Amino acid sequence: MSFFTSENLERAQVLLGLYPEKRSALMPLCHLAQAQQGYLTKEAMEEIAKLLEIEPAEVFGTVSFYDMFHTEEVGKYLVSVCTNVACLLRGGLELLEHASDKLEVPVGGTTEDGLFTLEEVECVAHCDKAPCAQVNYRFFGPLGNDSFDQLVEDLRNDQLTDSVPPHGTLSRVFREAPSLVENEVIIAERVAMDQARQERQAAKDSNGGDSK
Amino acid sequence: MSTDVSKDLISISIDGREVKARPGELLIAAAEEAGIFIPRFCYHPRLPQVGMCRMCLVEVSGPRGFSLQPSCYVPVSDGMDVITDSEKVKKAQDGVLEFLLINHPLDCPVCDKGGECPLQDQTLAYGPGESRFAEEKRHFEKPIAISELVFLDRERCIQCDRCTRFADVVAGDALIEFIGRGDNTQVNVFPERPFSSYFSGNTVQICPVGALTAAPYRFKSRPWDLAQVESSCITCSMGCRIMVQSSQNQVIRYIGLDSDQVNHGWLCDKGRFGHESLSSPDRVTAPLIRKGDSYVETSWANAISIISSKISGIKEKIGSDRIGFIIGSKLTNEDIYAWVKLAKGVIGTDSVDSQLGDGISADVISRLNRATINDAVTSKVVLSFTGDIKEEIPVLYLRLREAVKNGNTKVITIATHSSSLDGISEIQVFPSLDQLRPLAQQITADSSYFPEVSSLIKSSGVSADGEGLVVLLGRENLAWDQTVVEAFALELARVAPKAKFLVTLHGSNFSGGVDLGAVPRFLPGRSSLSDPSAGLRQKWSRFPSHNGKSVKEMFKSALKGEMDLLFLIGSDPRTDFVDTTLSNTALDEIGFVVSVDTFMSESSSRADLVLPAAAFAEKYGTITNLEERIMTVNQKVTPPGLCRPDWEIACEIALEIGSDLGFSSPEEILGEISNISSLHWGLSFDRLSRLSALDGVVIPLTSTPLTLKKKPMFDQISTPGIASVWNQGLASSKTSFIDSSASISDESDSPTESKVPTAISVEPIWPLPPIPGTSEMPLVYCRRLYSQGQLLKNSPHLSRLAVEPRCRISSETARAIGVAVGESVRLTDKAGGAGVFEVEIDDGIREGWVEMVKGMSSSQSFSPIRVDETMNYVKLERV
Repeated sequence: MSFFTSENLERAQVLLGLYPEKRSALMPLCHLAQAQQGYLTKEAMEEIAKLLEIEPAEVFGTVSFYDMFHTEEVGKYLVSVCTNVACLLRGGLELLEHASDKLEVPVGGTTEDGLFTLEEVECVAHCDKAPCAQVNYRFFGPLGNDSFDQLVEDLRNDQLTDSVPPHGTLSRVFREAPSLVENEVIIAERVAMDQARQERQAAKDSNGGDSK
Repeated sequence: MSTDVSKDLISISIDGREVKARPGELLIAAAEEAGIFIPRFCYHPRLPQVGMCRMCLVEVSGPRGFSLQPSCYVPVSDGMDVITDSEKVKKAQDGVLEFLLINHPLDCPVCDKGGECPLQDQTLAYGPGESRFAEEKRHFEKPIAISELVFLDRERCIQCDRCTRFADVVAGDALIEFIGRGDNTQVNVFPERPFSSYFSGNTVQICPVGALTAAPYRFKSRPWDLAQVESSCITCSMGCRIMVQSSQNQVIRYIGLDSDQVNHGWLCDKGRFGHESLSSPDRVTAPLIRKGDSYVETSWANAISIISSKISGIKEKIGSDRIGFIIGSKLTNEDIYAWVKLAKGVIGTDSVDSQLGDGISADVISRLNRATINDAVTSKVVLSFTGDIKEEIPVLYLRLREAVKNGNTKVITIATHSSSLDGISEIQVFPSLDQLRPLAQQITADSSYFPEVSSLIKSSGVSADGEGLVVLLGRENLAWDQTVVEAFALELARVAPKAKFLVTLHGSNFSGGVDLGAVPRFLPGRSSLSDPSAGLRQKWSRFPSHNGKSVKEMFKSALKGEMDLLFLIGSDPRTDFVDTTLSNTALDEIGFVVSVDTFMSESSSRADLVLPAAAFAEKYGTITNLEERIMTVNQKVTPPGLCRPDWEIACEIALEIGSDLGFSSPEEILGEISNISSLHWGLSFDRLSRLSALDGVVIPLTSTPLTLKKKPMFDQISTPGIASVWNQGLASSKTSFIDSSASISDESDSPTESKVPTAISVEPIWPLPPIPGTSEMPLVYCRRLYSQGQLLKNSPHLSRLAVEPRCRISSETARAIGVAVGESVRLTDKAGGAGVFEVEIDDGIREGWVEMVKGMSSSQSFSPIRVDETMNYVKLERV
């Protein structure tokens, strides 16, 4: 029983083909699994390990290192409120408190309906719109209490589905992988370039060798 | 193989002293070789460096003056100026230790590592007396079991990456990893996937703190209460160097010692934790004589006189032919020689064998050009036709894996079943029986059968006569008769005379058995029975008058009522003989069976007389490992009860029947062996205890001069408290191996004739017999590391890992028969014996084949192997 849907399994195979070493596809595959499920389940990590021919512990090691990979269930919308300096000065902490009250979850928690997860983050480089927040890594700001409530309402009513995909989706555009360039071709090109450079250097040396 | 490297050395300055170093060598290693110890935690000479712990910071001069750099990560360069003892360095090391101790619980009084802990020792030597960290330390559940054998205490961990690097890089079982990030980093396993590596014990040994502890050792002893002696492991034929540590006359722990030629410091878990069996309650501790269905204790004198009268009676009435000896593989060379001398030189029977149908005949082994382990890992191509070495000789697998990963050699496997060798081999071929001969014949030519094999062998630079090719020769599939392997090897040796063979049989001292005449038709020193060496004629009063029987032949004679007395010397053929049906029925027929054993095994518990033998670590002597390396095994504890070393028992029996074997200590036995055998020329305990030979010597000794190198000490951290660290192996570069041990350049005496005795000729069995019809399925019968046996049964911790006897088939085969996982099938062997086994599905098994693991219970009438079958087949039906 495969964790990946057949469509995603095809994508996984494309990703695997992009790298000379299979394990290089580890991060892209984790993102793919997160796009499918919203977070990384044990089964997902085991399947990724199998695809990469590595141990699940190695997948777990990488997944647990990065904050953007989640190993516990995440709501459909991950609300990340920034409390770093710029936002802090503009009321980031107050925004976080209000968000917690509004969503009725503590920071780090998920609402009972499974729609929202609230988290506190460091600077997400949206300082010109401080205090800011991200929903599934899409920017919103500056946010006051009212505009935050409005944002939550819009999300609840599916009015932002165009700009905010479900959690885990990095990009909704999938490009075809470029065709693989054979190593021989690359080596031949490099050799030709080296040769051309040597010839140019030789020409320079013979023309102005005494200019040094 | 050694070259004068002194001219390539570069010169660096450490603390104002000029030091010579090899180019590319790490600064920390160069300093250590010069006698300057730089503190460290993460650096291990056998692992790739990571620079994790920062403990080894020293001042190194650069373009901008001196700066602090981790000496485990900086290779030496010519003219490098290094300071290791400045105030700046001391302050840095002090600071690093304060950091490492921030989260360390300092629970030394209840920690197993206390007293041998590098963190403890180096804090005392280089660290601060107190901490400025007033905050809460991090807390974890402690300890957690990450496998049946290893416990992890994450609070004590200092994240040096030693265990995780070992698991990934050396063992290839990346089952433990760093989880989390920053101050939340911890070592752990994936949920519900334990650290079930065959090599997990090594992580405990190399852990520089008490984070990893071994279940069998936890809270058993304090390191300062341990007494120790160097020895060699006898779990398999590798002969890994170990330190045997004991407390209160009980063996408590083995520590792997680094031998550059053999084990590189690593041990397998079966070897490392098998010591538990030594103190098993099932040990035989007094001579036992059968009275009806039970045993009564008797005295040695009584037991010996019973044996003596049996021997004399049979000899006088019928002749010594009806007396046989089956010798186990865990005996020392001295024990083997004593028994062989008793059997062949005193009693006069040649029916002595040390292989239980799972070996290769001595005739063939002695005709092969033998390779050392280092030959194999530096060869151009390794051709493997052997059982799964990860299961049978695990540390050899580590050596081979390292060589393949470093690009030093390539592996081709010839197999009937998939094995862990597949992961490191370039090509796997699955020949049928009739394809083996052309495969051997065309191995270095253009083969039409397996063109990819011969083309890889050629392109790797193996010459047409086989130079550069090393063959790992063992029993790939016990369901194929040994004659198949023998015929293949002889054919290959004929076609490629310069190819070398590393005989990878599992039994620990199989080489000693072959070399010392514990096989029919041979005498010690591989002399043929018909032509004893001059030394033998001098030392032995008589020789068997005609050829004796192998184990198989002895059992067949027994069925005909022609065996009256059988000695089982540390051997359990009821379980270990390949055809258990034959061994069990035959043993029941033999008039009198004497078992000399350490345990009440299947065989000894049904013998007529059981004599208690001293086990490993309870006696001393030498063993011969698979590459013909003679190594010492030493005594650490006194044997329990009335146990005695085997050689003593043999001497006693000889005396009782009126003959003196002529020796009274292992030293004298080895002396006699070196006198009568040109193969063992020049051996003595004195020589084996020399600095250059502590890792053993490969026989026959040669007088080729070799440059002797000083052996620098090895990883102190993982061999704590060992006074003799100076004699451990050389942290050599990864590609060159300097075998200083074989050197006898300091000897004035050289062998007068170093000719190795020629063997008895054997004829290959070609053409191979035809393959039977299709109603039966070909069988794979192989060993697992945790196959059930005496060692496992008597080691409480290892016994939990025992492999259940199951019938393993592929999912295709299962579908064809209509069985699912967990259901049972009935297997019927050639002779009609049947057994019911649970099915396990594994798609690594070839379709239409059946795989079974050796060492299953012998109570069933079913035996997968029938002797005399070249290839064994079974019938598989749904129950």
